[in-house]
Amino acid sequence: MTRAESKRSAPPPGADVDFVQLLTPDGERVTHPDYSVDFDADELRGLYRDLVTVRKLDAEATALQRQGELGIWASLLGQEAAQVGSGRALRPQDMAFPTYREHGVLYCRGIDPIMPLGLFRGVDQGGWDPIANKFGIYTIVIGAQTLHATGYAMGINKDGKVGTDEGEAVIAYFGDGATSQGDVNESFIFASVYNAPVVFFCQNNQYAISEPLQRQTRVPLYQRASGFGFPGVRVDGNDVLASYAVTRAALDNARHGQGPTLIEAYTYRMGAHTTSDDPTRYRVASEVEEWQAKDPIARVRKLLEREGLADDEFFASVDADARTEAVKLRERVLALPDPDPTEMFANVYPNGSHEIDAQREQFAAYHASFAHEGGH
Amino acid sequence: MAINQFPLPDLGEGLTEGEILKWLVAEGDTIELNQPIVEVETAKAAVEIPAKWAGTVVKIHHPEGTVVNVGDPIISIDTGGGAAPAAESTDEEPKRQPVLVGYGPKSGPAKRRVRAAPAPAAVVEAPAPAVEAPAPVVKEPLAPVEEPVAPQPGGPVLAKPPVRKLARDLGIDLSTVVGTGPQGSITRDDLQGAVDGVTRPAPAPARVPGSRETRIPIKGVRKLTAANMVASAFTAPHVTEFLTIDMTRSMRALDRLKGQRDWRDVRVSPLLLVAKAVLLGIKRHPMINSTWSDKTEEIIVKDYVNLGVAAATDRGLIVPNIKDAGELTLRQLADAMNDLVGTAKSGKTPPADMTGGTFTITNVGVFGVDTGTPILPPGEAAILAFGAVREQPWAHKGKVKLRQVTTLGLSFDHRIIDGELGSKFLRDVGEFLTDPEAALLAWM
Repeated sequence: MTRAESKRSAPPPGADVDFVQLLTPDGERVTHPDYSVDFDADELRGLYRDLVTVRKLDAEATALQRQGELGIWASLLGQEAAQVGSGRALRPQDMAFPTYREHGVLYCRGIDPIMPLGLFRGVDQGGWDPIANKFGIYTIVIGAQTLHATGYAMGINKDGKVGTDEGEAVIAYFGDGATSQGDVNESFIFASVYNAPVVFFCQNNQYAISEPLQRQTRVPLYQRASGFGFPGVRVDGNDVLASYAVTRAALDNARHGQGPTLIEAYTYRMGAHTTSDDPTRYRVASEVEEWQAKDPIARVRKLLEREGLADDEFFASVDADARTEAVKLRERVLALPDPDPTEMFANVYPNGSHEIDAQREQFAAYHASFAHEGGH
Repeated sequence: MAINQFPLPDLGEGLTEGEILKWLVAEGDTIELNQPIVEVETAKAAVEIPAKWAGTVVKIHHPEGTVVNVGDPIISIDTGGGAAPAAESTDEEPKRQPVLVGYGPKSGPAKRRVRAAPAPAAVVEAPAPAVEAPAPVVKEPLAPVEEPVAPQPGGPVLAKPPVRKLARDLGIDLSTVVGTGPQGSITRDDLQGAVDGVTRPAPAPARVPGSRETRIPIKGVRKLTAANMVASAFTAPHVTEFLTIDMTRSMRALDRLKGQRDWRDVRVSPLLLVAKAVLLGIKRHPMINSTWSDKTEEIIVKDYVNLGVAAATDRGLIVPNIKDAGELTLRQLADAMNDLVGTAKSGKTPPADMTGGTFTITNVGVFGVDTGTPILPPGEAAILAFGAVREQPWAHKGKVKLRQVTTLGLSFDHRIIDGELGSKFLRDVGEFLTDPEAALLAWM
């Protein structure tokens, strides 16, 4: 066996390292010395509903892409717990900076799930109001949003909005592949030395498109934080309770002026990187099956059943509601209007610009020159 | 019953084709929305495609192992009337044409058809979105796509702006081009095909030694002409009317014109006055200069006249047209006509000059015949045949005299033009040619 082969077949770095877990794949509650959650039955059922709904909406979006209605879609399948757990841990005043896969977080922030579909259908530029929703726009550039998050967090410090329960905190989402980006490492440095109230939430789904984790790092990702001078913690990213607890604690530390935290949510991307990707070309079926057994939704259902907090009727109604939501989403996607071509010139500058205005006019005239042809 | 065709979508950002790996459903199966129906392998990934509609599988268009172009239908699903999602249109199966393409082996790229000849006989019903949308433009649902057939001339055509620009630069009327792109849109290749189709010289007849038959491949201008004539003859109900007139005064007017200094070097023929008569007649009866559009259910009346003049050339009949002829002075018109015919005879007519005609004159008189029943060029509502001008006995001022007599034959699209309008137009053209000065004064 060559050195390269031995590396490829080696388990991912830190696969043997413990993570914070509060709910096992079998649906058993376990305790952790540093983290705990105190959810009542309603809240647990609510988390279950969130998980099922975001999975269903995500599946509908994937289907829409396969049917030619979306250009591309990045599925969150398998990562629902990491997203719903961290998303629900945000307080209203907290600001989130997503990648392009944070559909679950977006849902938890109360944003209409149609928003990203317009982006991936190509009929808008993904523009929702980041301030109104406290949720940045989807960022396709890998890792760029960690810089935005860090800068925003440094601004919070300058505004003096830290140090109390009402303090603000920021969460930056990214993946394991992004940890190799300069942007992310620069963010770590600035966040650390400026003690910025930012939580770096890395969903380690084991693959940067086709590149496995062992090509990104020799050490568990969360341990990187210590080199930059702030705490890192690994959480079971398929455990919604632990994801919630760890994120809530890190955000609260940040809002109280304790500086950044790196959370590595250890999870698995059950689907393809995007609809343009074929994961069977770079990973084996047995690995997927292994993770299937750790499904984030199944374990919450087992918990609810085990503790008698929900009956079959509840589960059926959640499924039915999610289906209804999905159908509604489908119909709305199919009804999305095409934008006026000149819309791309809007919102370039807050107060307009002569150059952009001139370009818009030129472009409008160019289009108008085809008007008599009656086509589109 | 409502049958929706599902075209192979672009499954991965800019793919042009995919191979059918495995059908997961069979014809006659009842399927649910989002039920996996087929596995398709593209250059990027092998994926399952979920059904876009619930219903019954009516037809599977391609067997496993076939490489299919993006945009080609792969399955037809009967959604049973109202069951289709709101945004989908319904198309009846009998309207469709059979799939024309043979597919190459997987190793090579699937060949796209480049079809130059406009064949507007089969009209595409655009899938009209039933959804109310506030924006000015509604994306057509990707779903039901017809076989690429030429759209009805004058109707909306799908083409991206750069393609539209290219068409304009080449002078190609998009409505005469068959689109082979997604949703029947017109591509650059289609334009190239259209250019090749009209500029390629006619092939030489092939004579097999000893044979008593000559086999002439149907190509180029002949093929284009045939397609146009068939399309027109079986789409627009033609009516032809005739009018025999005394053109003596027009002939004298032409002689006087030639005597003027400005006109000394210009070749003028009676056709010039016929063209002027037509242009003036169109001004008085604009509906003559229009297009019937099934697609948009509109009659498109043009306020410009691109006047076509049919010319016999070595390569066959071609009909170049003079753009915006209605704006030209008589002198400009004469120059334009001379240029047009000269260029056509030398076989150098650019494609730009051959598309976009709105009214055509066919000068059958040059062949020594009295008149004919011309067939409309597709997309035009009327065509005038100008017969030979001969000395004939004619009742003139109470006596039988030898006068310069000709017969005009006007064919028109009876969907647009009733007998009354057609007759009035023809009568006006005749009136002008009978006495140009008087007509001009009367119509001033």
